[in-house]
Amino acid sequence: MKVEDAIEIVSQTNPGMVRSHNEDSVAQDAACGLVVLADGMGGYNAGEVASGIAVSVVVTEICQRLQGTNPTERDETTGGELGVSLLRDNIRKANASIFQAAQSQPQYAGMGTTIVSGLFYDNRVVVGHVGDSRMYRLRGETLETVTRDHSLLQEQIDSGMISVEDARLSKNKNLVTRAVGIDAEVEPEIHVHDVQVGDIYLLCSDGLNDMVEDEDIQSTLYAMQSNLTLAAEQLIQMANDNGGRDNVSVILVKVNGKFAVPRGWLAGLLNWFKK
Amino acid sequence: MAAKLILSMDGMVIKEYPLNKERMTIGRKAHNDIAIDNLAVSGEHAAIVTILHDSFLEDLDSTNGLEVNGVPTKKHFLQNNDLIEIGKYKLKYINDQSGQTNATDFEKTMVLRAPVKQAAPAAGKGDATASFMRTQVNANTAQAAGTAEKTGKFDARPPVAPAAPASKPAASPAAAPTPQAAVVQILTGPNAGKELELVKNLTTLGKPGVQVAVLTRRPHGYFITHVEGASHPMVNGATLGDQPHQLNDHDVIELAGVKMEFYFKG
Repeated sequence: MKVEDAIEIVSQTNPGMVRSHNEDSVAQDAACGLVVLADGMGGYNAGEVASGIAVSVVVTEICQRLQGTNPTERDETTGGELGVSLLRDNIRKANASIFQAAQSQPQYAGMGTTIVSGLFYDNRVVVGHVGDSRMYRLRGETLETVTRDHSLLQEQIDSGMISVEDARLSKNKNLVTRAVGIDAEVEPEIHVHDVQVGDIYLLCSDGLNDMVEDEDIQSTLYAMQSNLTLAAEQLIQMANDNGGRDNVSVILVKVNGKFAVPRGWLAGLLNWFKK
Repeated sequence: MAAKLILSMDGMVIKEYPLNKERMTIGRKAHNDIAIDNLAVSGEHAAIVTILHDSFLEDLDSTNGLEVNGVPTKKHFLQNNDLIEIGKYKLKYINDQSGQTNATDFEKTMVLRAPVKQAAPAAGKGDATASFMRTQVNANTAQAAGTAEKTGKFDARPPVAPAAPASKPAASPAAAPTPQAAVVQILTGPNAGKELELVKNLTTLGKPGVQVAVLTRRPHGYFITHVEGASHPMVNGATLGDQPHQLNDHDVIELAGVKMEFYFKG
């Protein structure tokens, strides 16, 4: 099955109850199995500019490159899989674009963005992220975080300074240790995960997970898994009901079927005919 | 405004100490930041580590120990109004960050700038932030951000980070008001008479694959929404659309052939 037939994607973004404008950006391209979410920061409208550049660079570049090319092919420069290096390289590319824009335009000085993205192919998902925007996975009844925040709080949790329960009480929630566009270079964190039919992936900005408990995210995704649009609306509504202090964005990806890349002599032959 | 400790004994305030250093010690000896000259207090009794807006209290293996809010404690993440007791002395922790500036300025995400391609973060006790250089990327205006950039990087310790924003009041999603307790009682079918208390924010009704609706609890009431199934649920005989529908006391819901009544409790 082609990836676009195997996965269902729904995205929504909302400014929240307090902020006047939305600095989050979301983008998706079902044909190449790509979803991207970014949470921008910076004065005036620089936040939206940064997150907008990030999602458009990543989506446009990757989808263009994947036309007629298979993400499972070997990347000659790194020796790894093309899909993995495409995601890493293009987050870096987005970083460079934002950094340059910030350097050349005074009103954009210091802007930056978080990013979380998933590239689905061959029954797997390559996940790339920078900052505190997250990816969660609902498999069966269990909700798990796929990404780990690049934040001061996460480092404090890792070092044993503060417990996960206490972390909810922390006043240092809003400090990220890595962001796209702040420095000339960035190191995206990239992992590859196997995908199962029935999985639901949630990408979200911190406006969701700061306002809504994981337990409520889990029950919403589980109860509404047959109606993704409704689930997305419900998640945003819960964040806003709890105060909606930040922009809140969600992308939901549901895996409805297998999407293995065809291999073997028959597939090769078919491909040869297509050319 | 930095957090502070108010030292008192027998209800008399002795002194206030702003927590303006990353690590402050409490003890009998004079070199302590908070020196308490009393034999019940160990030479170095306890330490308080402050990282931006959070402070952590740690007992330094003192002879007589310490209590926080009446509980003997070795290590504690301090919350506003916590009461630390060392012998007869009391130290009240005040960290009232809310209400100083306008709320929208607070929770803007900031970047702690780490060296690019940093290795494992510094995990040392108390100096977790020391290795980071901070840059303010989200000042209120691009102008201010530009200045912060120009003045360069500065250390993340509280005393030298005057531009550090006041953080959000501890975001506790549970703080949202919950409406009056409510119940759904099944009226027909094999489970007639059974009551379902709506204790969660989201309760599922029906059978997956046949007909499913959810009841959501929101600050201003309870709502029913159609999720899946060819037929939509009915409330008081009227079929629902795709939008959430607010429930009133004693509404009758009909779902997959089963009638049930929604009512408020108490």
